[in-house]
Amino acid sequence: MIAVLALIAGAALGLYFEPTVPAVLQPYLPIAVVAALDAVFGGVRAKLDGIFDDKQFVISFISNVLVAALIVYVGDQLGVGGQLSTGVVVVLGVRIFGNVAAIRRHLFRA
Amino acid sequence: MTEEDRTSDPEQPGQEPEAETAERAESVDGGPAAAKTVTARSVLARLSSPGVTIVVLLALLGFALVIQVRNTSTDAGLSAARLQDLVRIQSDLEAREQRLRQEIAGLEESQRQLSTGAQRSQAALEEATRLADELGILAGTLPARGPGLSLRFISGTKPLKASVMLDAVQELRGAGAEAMEISGASGRPVRIIASTYFLGEDGILNVDGHQLRGPYTLVVVGDPTTMRTALNIPGGVVASVMADGGNVLVQEREVVDVTALSEPVNLQHARPVS
Repeated sequence: MIAVLALIAGAALGLYFEPTVPAVLQPYLPIAVVAALDAVFGGVRAKLDGIFDDKQFVISFISNVLVAALIVYVGDQLGVGGQLSTGVVVVLGVRIFGNVAAIRRHLFRA
Repeated sequence: MTEEDRTSDPEQPGQEPEAETAERAESVDGGPAAAKTVTARSVLARLSSPGVTIVVLLALLGFALVIQVRNTSTDAGLSAARLQDLVRIQSDLEAREQRLRQEIAGLEESQRQLSTGAQRSQAALEEATRLADELGILAGTLPARGPGLSLRFISGTKPLKASVMLDAVQELRGAGAEAMEISGASGRPVRIIASTYFLGEDGILNVDGHQLRGPYTLVVVGDPTTMRTALNIPGGVVASVMADGGNVLVQEREVVDVTALSEPVNLQHARPVS
């Protein structure tokens, strides 16, 4: 519940301040957001499974974001940034789908 | 055991291998949790509480999510584009600019040519018009107006001779007359041009085939003073008319109108040499 409130509060802050993304971060922010979403869905699923662990969630969240950003950075350096970003988004998307499927099974028993 | 590995519930068998390989490859969410949590525990211990961290992280996530969404929706254009795309777009624009500049230069060149051509043809047209006016006045096909003289020839006892009239016309031409017409007591005036002839027939003056009766009026466009002087010289036109008992009334006018026109001649033999 607090987590949802935090999410909403962050969104409200973003809406309120309307900051512009620095040019340096622009390629990484979308990937980082997707990675964080993946971590969040994993956390929700773990919560439903009853095995949620705070530290694990925090670490997975941060490392997800960092690894995603790192991959994009390396890809940009190698000149395949666009393709690698797509790859990362695909992989994270598959994981999000898996997690959401598990959550759905928990919630609806189907 | 992580939450990830439980994905392999027999829900959609077709997708399982793929999902599992993806998960194994990543194992970010704590697969080797043992090693990671040990090192991370010390880090997290310094933070006040994991719950707070989670809240902060989620707030950050919401923040970034909204920023990204707004950023993408506000300018989906260039700022979101990658470096290679920007370079390509820029080179495209530069090529386009180059093309447009060439087009501008070409159009300006043709505009310049057209305007000079137009000026030239304008000047030529003015010159041709001026020439046509001049020639029209000389040939008697255009009416003329200007300062000049109005001469009235009144015959005495003897009718006026055609030679006297011809003398008068020649004298006036010599004095710079530019357009002349002669009219009799009645009838339309007759334009006097280079080919005009005068015939005397029993007191009737035949000018270019028109029968005119006295008294005759000669209207001349030219410099009035010069022409008057030329007419009045001793032994000149006025003197010879007066010798026959007639008289010439010379009137200087600011503006005289030579309105009579002569029929243009269709040349049958002469052709211009050019």
